[in-house]
Amino acid sequence: MSKRSVADLKIGERAIIQAFNDEVMSLKLLEMGCLPGAEVCMGSKAPLGDPICLHVSGYCLSMRKAEAATILVE
Amino acid sequence: MKPPVIALIGNPNAGKSSLFNQLTGLRQKTGNFPGVTMDRKSGPWAIDEQTTATVVDLPGVYSVYPKSLDEQVVTDILANPKHRDYPDVAIVVIDASNLHRNLLLFTQVADLGLPTVLALNMLDVAKEQDKEVNAVRLAMRLGVPVVRVNARLGEGVDALRKAVQKQLLEPVLPGKPLFDPADEVPDLIAETKEQYGLTNNYLALQYVIQHDGFTFLNQQQRQNLDTLITDHQFRDVPFQAGETITRYKRIAQIVTEVVTDQRPIGKPTWTQKLDRILLHPIWGYTIFALILLLIFQAIFAWAAPFMDGIDAGVAWLNGQLKESLPPGPLTDLLTDGILAGVGGILVFIPQIAFLFLLVSLLEESGYMARVMVIMDRIMRKFGLNGRSVVPLISGVACAVPAIMATRSIGTRRDRLITILVTPLMSCSARLPIYTILIALVVPSRRVLGVFNIQGLALMALYLLGLLSALVAAYVLKLILKTKERGYFIMELPTFKLPRWNHVGLAVWESVRAFVWEAGRVILAISIVLWVLASYGPGNAMQQAEDAVRREQATLSNDELNNRIASERLEASYAGKFGHFIEPAIRPLGYDWKIGIALLSSFAAREVFVGTMSTIYSIGDGGDDAGVTIRERLRQERNPATGGPMYTPALAWSLLIFYVFAMMCMSTLAATQRETKSWWWPTVQLVYMMVLAYGAAFLTYRLMS
Repeated sequence: MSKRSVADLKIGERAIIQAFNDEVMSLKLLEMGCLPGAEVCMGSKAPLGDPICLHVSGYCLSMRKAEAATILVE
Repeated sequence: MKPPVIALIGNPNAGKSSLFNQLTGLRQKTGNFPGVTMDRKSGPWAIDEQTTATVVDLPGVYSVYPKSLDEQVVTDILANPKHRDYPDVAIVVIDASNLHRNLLLFTQVADLGLPTVLALNMLDVAKEQDKEVNAVRLAMRLGVPVVRVNARLGEGVDALRKAVQKQLLEPVLPGKPLFDPADEVPDLIAETKEQYGLTNNYLALQYVIQHDGFTFLNQQQRQNLDTLITDHQFRDVPFQAGETITRYKRIAQIVTEVVTDQRPIGKPTWTQKLDRILLHPIWGYTIFALILLLIFQAIFAWAAPFMDGIDAGVAWLNGQLKESLPPGPLTDLLTDGILAGVGGILVFIPQIAFLFLLVSLLEESGYMARVMVIMDRIMRKFGLNGRSVVPLISGVACAVPAIMATRSIGTRRDRLITILVTPLMSCSARLPIYTILIALVVPSRRVLGVFNIQGLALMALYLLGLLSALVAAYVLKLILKTKERGYFIMELPTFKLPRWNHVGLAVWESVRAFVWEAGRVILAISIVLWVLASYGPGNAMQQAEDAVRREQATLSNDELNNRIASERLEASYAGKFGHFIEPAIRPLGYDWKIGIALLSSFAAREVFVGTMSTIYSIGDGGDDAGVTIRERLRQERNPATGGPMYTPALAWSLLIFYVFAMMCMSTLAATQRETKSWWWPTVQLVYMMVLAYGAAFLTYRLMS
């Protein structure tokens, strides 16, 4: 079964980051504080649902849905 | 002796620029980093009586591993002790409200072996979020001096100066690096250090991972490093990921020791509340549209009285000079040549000032980042990026800073497309051309009670520019294939009240650059043009005058003078040039006079109106100094038909031509610098010129 990713979260939903499925993208995301084990919360979505705004390690990070889909959650 | 260099390093939005302004004030200078055309801001800072250091503001980055072009310059400097800007002391500015993420960069800089001072900023923001940071304990844990500052208010600058002074005299380095690559790949690090004469393990790792981006390494050195990597079967991506995770783990321990966080869980901050409205599917776009409307309103309506004032002032000065100075070629040069040309540029100042005022307010407050988020999806369809919004909006003022603003776009292709299409946005230099020609052929009438048709015509031209930029981007997206993946990962900064001194500085800088850069070109072209229009080969001009006197002896004095002036102009050098290109522009409906204006505005389109004023005031008797250029154009007759020269078909053909035409040397130069090639500016010039000629031709044919 396919794993859930950050892109599947609803607004206000929280989840714990488990892993990444894209190595190169993960470098940037790690540096921005998206670490395995960190809690994320879907803050808001832009009109049309893309990009999204994520609350992670105490601040707000925006990214595209495709990028959010590389962050797998538990 | 070379003054010591102090570099300011920090995450974007950490308050680096505020601190820089506090340290250097108005003594700061903007230049370039050698080899790259990144803005390099530097300024003097008195450390003590004997020492004045040079403070250099480096671009904001999240780590020493660059993700876009403007970030590359940071590691290129920090890894190269021979670089002019290699710091004797690095001040790392840290946002205390987000200690976690900010410390990542700090630990990397410290591990490179640089003497550092940590400037702990935004403690007030942290406090608002019920967080307390213990600076003393942080200093002990990191092993470097930590200074509490408030960059906005300038608090803590003295303490910072003392800490920097101490680090200059006897540098204190943290005993043990937070992350030591030799723990993981000892042989690779040892060999790199030996081959390149390095002493620092982390620096050696940067050689291994980043050598392709280091300008100070030669081809041979880069190849050697590639061989080293293959020999040791080193894989940089997983290694970097491991490094970041290890660092964050250790940072997390430090943060739990120094930060007390009492924020009630789930309590939304006011930034989050605002975001719910600004990113809302309906309200988000509504508010953005209203703000754009406000910007246009400011540029066109609020700036108008100031512009009229400047216009009247220049006309008055011109009249005064003509009356008080003795008539002669020098007076003519000053009034018809220089003042007519330079006056055309001064008129723009209010518009440029308003535009930069509003754009820098939006950037300062943090709203611009929201605009990028809500526009990303739409821009992506056209091969652009959410970050392309800022260049496109700034393009309404001037394409040169707009093209430089594309550096923050991390994806190469998105950036290239943005650069190529940005000049299609109608910049402020096109505005006077639009204004004058619209006033000639569009009646000033109101429709639906509120809208002036002239205003609507103007808006239509701007929309045409935007639309063509999007279409061009779409076409380029189809042509330029890429394997590179675009990404859009961006911090949304918290909303802040704008710092008025920053806004003031930005407006002042833009107006100064505009007047100085454009003004010089226009001044030079005005003088050359006046000379070319006032003198002709041999005595051709005298012959033309004699011919008029012979054949038209029955005319009244005024008319005779006008006739003589215009025949003399036609016989002048400028007239010859105009006639030379007339065949090429005849299909668009233009005559040789417009030809002169086109040619002279080839390097800078803002010259067009100035040239037109010069040509028509020379080509006029010259005694009616108060008459505006618009009146002169209205009175101009078409010799073939006897009707007005500026028919709607001709005026619209000119308008459309200027919407598309790439008539700006500075923009081409900026494209050349930013793409580091001659191919792309050539492509830009050719596609825009072909577009302009074709569209103007169609317009003229369809309307006449």
